Amino acid sequence: MAIINYAPLADGGSFNSDMELRLWDFIDGNSSANEKSFIEQLIATNLQWKTKYEQLLEVHQLIASNLELDQPSLRFSRNVMEEIGHYQIAPAAKTYINKKIIWGITIFFFTMILGILIYGLGQLNWTATSSSGSIFPYKIPTIEWSKFFNNTYTTVFLMVNTVLGLMLLDMYLGKKKKQWQEKKS
Amino acid sequence: MNTGLNDSEIIGRVLQGEQQLYAELVNRYQNFVFTITLRYASHREDAEEIAQDVFVKAYRNLANFRGDSKFSTWLYTIVNTTCITFLRKRKLEIHSLDNEKVFEVADTIDSGFRANQIEQKSKFQMVNNAIQLLNTDDAKLITLFYKAEQSLDEIGKILGIEPNTVKVKLHRARAKLKEKMELHFAEEVKDMID
Repeated sequence: MAIINYAPLADGGSFNSDMELRLWDFIDGNSSANEKSFIEQLIATNLQWKTKYEQLLEVHQLIASNLELDQPSLRFSRNVMEEIGHYQIAPAAKTYINKKIIWGITIFFFTMILGILIYGLGQLNWTATSSSGSIFPYKIPTIEWSKFFNNTYTTVFLMVNTVLGLMLLDMYLGKKKKQWQEKKS
Repeated sequence: MNTGLNDSEIIGRVLQGEQQLYAELVNRYQNFVFTITLRYASHREDAEEIAQDVFVKAYRNLANFRGDSKFSTWLYTIVNTTCITFLRKRKLEIHSLDNEKVFEVADTIDSGFRANQIEQKSKFQMVNNAIQLLNTDDAKLITLFYKAEQSLDEIGKILGIEPNTVKVKLHRARAKLKEKMELHFAEEVKDMID
C-alpha cells in the first residue's frame, strides 16, 4: 500500500495534483482494490482529502449529468445515406495487400543496401593506413570515388531511377490534371 | 428505425449488401460524432459537413473494421483524423484558449446570460457553455469520456496516445472546466461546488 504524507508538502502544487489525480482515479473507478480502500480511509479520516473529494465529485456529477450532445440537422441521416449511395464499400485492405509482395520488396531493398555496402567496402584500400594519427584507420582520400560513379552499373542504376522518377512525376501530374478537370466540370 | 441489432450484426449485414441498415448506425452515433466535430469547427454547417464525411469514410472502409475494438472507438478514430485533415485543408477557426475570440465567446455567453436574466441560468447551460470555453482537445476529451462511453484505453487508441497520458490530460481538462465555471459562472458554482 502506498504511503501518503498527510501534511501538505513544501511543494503544495504537486501534492494537490497527486491528490487530485488519485481522487479522480477513485471517482472514475480506475483505482486498484488496495488503492480504493486506502483512498476511502483517507476520505473518512482526513479533512483535506474529504473536502477535495467532495469538490471533485461535484464537478464529476455536474459534467456527467449536464453535458449535452449537439444534434445535427434533421436531414443529416438522409444526406449521409444519399451520399453513400454513390459509393461502394472498398474491399478490406488484407484482401488486396499481398504479404509476399511486401516481403519481396523488403528483401529487394535489403539486398540492394547490402550489395552496395559490400561493393563499397570492397573498393577500400585496406592496406593504406592513415599516417596522420586520425582515429579512422584508413585514409579517406584513398577511396576512389570515381570508381563508384564512373562505372556502368552506377550509370544504369541512376538511369533506371531517373526514368522511374519521371514516370512517377507523370502519374502524379496526370492525376492532378484529372482532378482539376473534374472540379472544373 | 430501431432494428434491435447490435453494431457488429448491423455491420455484418451491411457488408452483405443491406446498405439501408447503415442508417441505423448513423442514427446511433450522429449526435456523438456531430458533437465532437462541433468542437473543431466554429460553424454548424462545417461541423455537419465533417460529420457527413466521417460517416461516408466509415462506410467505404467498413470492410476494414476488424472488430478488435468497439465500432464507436473505430468511428471516433475516423472522426479525429477527419477533423484534423479538414482543418488543415480549410484552415477553419479553432477554439483555442490563446485565441482572443474565445474571450469574445465568453463575453457573449456571459452577456447573453445577463440579458436572459441570471435566474434562467441552469447547471445544464453552465456546463455546456463552460465546455465551449475550453480548447478543442480538452472539450473533445471530456466529451469522449463522459458522453461517448469510451474508456481511457479506448480514448488513447482514438487519439493515438498512452492511456496514462489520457488520464493526466483528462484530469487537467476537468480542472480547467471547473476553473472556467468558477470564473464565468461564479454565482452558480458558489452554490454547487464550494
